Amino acid sequence: MDLFEYQGKQYFARFGIAVSPGDVADTVQEALAVAREVGYPVVVKAQVKVGGRGKAGGVKLASNDDEVRLHAGNILGLDIKGHVVKRLWIEHASDIEKEYYASFTLDRPNKTHLGMLSAQGGVEIEVVAEENPDAIAFLSIDPVRGLDLATARRWVDEAQLDEVAREQAAELLVKLYRCYSEGDCDLAEVNPLILTPEGKVHALDAKVTLDENASFRHPEWAAYRATETEDPREKMAKEKGLNYIGLDGTVGIIANGAGLAMSTLDVVNQVGGTAANFLDIGGGADANVMAAALEVINADPKVKSIFVNIFGGITRVDEVANGVLEALKRVTITSPIVLRLDGTNAVEGRAILAPHLNDTLIMEPTMLDAARRAVTLAQA
Amino acid sequence: MSIFVDENTKVIVQGLTGGQGRFHGLRNRDYGTQVVGGVTPGKGGSDVDGVPVFNSVKEAVDATGATASFVVVPPKFAAAAILEAAEGGITFIVCITEGIPAHDEAVTYNRLVEEFPGVRLLGPNCPGIISPGKCNIGITSGDIALAGGPVGIVSRSGTLTYQALHELSQQGIGQTTCVGIGGDPVPGTNFVDCLAAFEADPETKAVMMIGEIGGSEEERAAEWIKANMTKPVVAYVAGITAPPGRKMGHAGAIISGSKGTASAKMDALRDAGVFVCANPTEAGQKMVDIVQAL
Repeated sequence: MDLFEYQGKQYFARFGIAVSPGDVADTVQEALAVAREVGYPVVVKAQVKVGGRGKAGGVKLASNDDEVRLHAGNILGLDIKGHVVKRLWIEHASDIEKEYYASFTLDRPNKTHLGMLSAQGGVEIEVVAEENPDAIAFLSIDPVRGLDLATARRWVDEAQLDEVAREQAAELLVKLYRCYSEGDCDLAEVNPLILTPEGKVHALDAKVTLDENASFRHPEWAAYRATETEDPREKMAKEKGLNYIGLDGTVGIIANGAGLAMSTLDVVNQVGGTAANFLDIGGGADANVMAAALEVINADPKVKSIFVNIFGGITRVDEVANGVLEALKRVTITSPIVLRLDGTNAVEGRAILAPHLNDTLIMEPTMLDAARRAVTLAQA
Repeated sequence: MSIFVDENTKVIVQGLTGGQGRFHGLRNRDYGTQVVGGVTPGKGGSDVDGVPVFNSVKEAVDATGATASFVVVPPKFAAAAILEAAEGGITFIVCITEGIPAHDEAVTYNRLVEEFPGVRLLGPNCPGIISPGKCNIGITSGDIALAGGPVGIVSRSGTLTYQALHELSQQGIGQTTCVGIGGDPVPGTNFVDCLAAFEADPETKAVMMIGEIGGSEEERAAEWIKANMTKPVVAYVAGITAPPGRKMGHAGAIISGSKGTASAKMDALRDAGVFVCANPTEAGQKMVDIVQAL
């Protein structure tokens, strides 16, 4: 789960990481109140989960009430790459002497954590990595040992941060690592991490991605989940407990298992179609799950056909077949359904569906045949 | 021959008294696997359909001589269960649990490497391992596998593994061992471990490998194959149409920025001389052709 900047900053603050004083505002009036509270000048920042806010006019400096009214009014409702701004973050503007970069992520190939620190912040780190890789100090961190202050001190030296910033930066990095590890982040990134003319170091931005597998030990994440601006289809699927990702195509996909679901998308694409979604119904899909899956896909107006691709392992195909029939009793499905059923109890499953097959409930013997049929129907 | 397990492997099930543990543990036993015990703290002395239950892994290992463990416990307890297995003397751990936090996995993996260098972890979030006719640890349905070789299978996905087994078995082509390495970001066993074991196994004549988006294990496998593999390898990589930045069902199946795409993986494998196929059916057919030409 990606956090908004303001949530990231609130998350940082929990771990004692210095951020600029500020607060959220959903209206121009609230923006004014926050601006007066934190003191002018302030920065009015659009809260959207997409890069390039500044260029799109979503970040503005304001020195007085009139400027806050003007900018807050303009930015609220602004469309930034398809994301409509509903919330602002107003913070006291910082004078910037230097911009640095710091982040922690999992280093998958080495199965350790990876810290990246650079004295060249404020720009995309991918660009720095490409154009001037020596400007990034990489640190491999053993997950068992973590990051201590002594190591962080050597790291800020290696990254050649300004002398005056080093001790504060080292302390901040240790806190950021704690936020990353104890806070169960997939990514904790500060860009820019700034040095002010007064010699203070603090986080001017916050990019945080949380590992949803750790939700069970973070009840406080419920607040973040509530503000997720989701595709309405994804929201509906989540409420029904389905593993669904909305896409732009016309063939609705239902498969069991993440790999098979991904593969189904690929095969639909190979035979000239486009998938409307990724949907993994998991193991042991019963009538309730199948009904929920068909309902979510049926609600997508772009869907023109539905491809149900099941390979029974633990999931028994006869149960899936009964689930489909049961689901069809409960939900009126507007698009034709093409099924491919294989694996455990496939013969029984196909037999159950055989008497019900017609123009809108079609069985194909293989994954490729079924994909072709579904694509043809979607294009008809 | 098989890799990692065989007919003599004695297995305990951590979580045998739970719904999933009971179902899969007994299924594994019925397949012919030597399931010699279960572990559930506080339930020692009882049994599950005749399989004795112990309070700890240590007790179970002392009493049964087990060397392998099948971990079927909820995500919250899985990391501790894996470490308990290693501490208790188990050398091969299969963990099917899905949903373990990535930080727990990273700590567990590194503790195993540092403190228990002789221990192999398979998974988490994997379907397990089956050596047809000899041993089945995990959730794979035994009846879709066919004994006798000559194909080794290694895969990051569960259902695609079943698909691969099915495609081969239907055409009468057996498997030496089928290993599901799992879809999480920190797998205990990776492609290279399995490829090396298959290369060393005289009965395995060809290998099918099923990858997916995310990480760089396929690229590392390609490098290894290029340098070391003498046996033919057929590969399929799922997710060529997956959008970047989204976890596609598996926690590890995510394209980060421009890294971990299916096309980059396929290019790397192709460059290493691997037969890269566009879908699982094609991969199955290619393997049939290879085996028939052996």
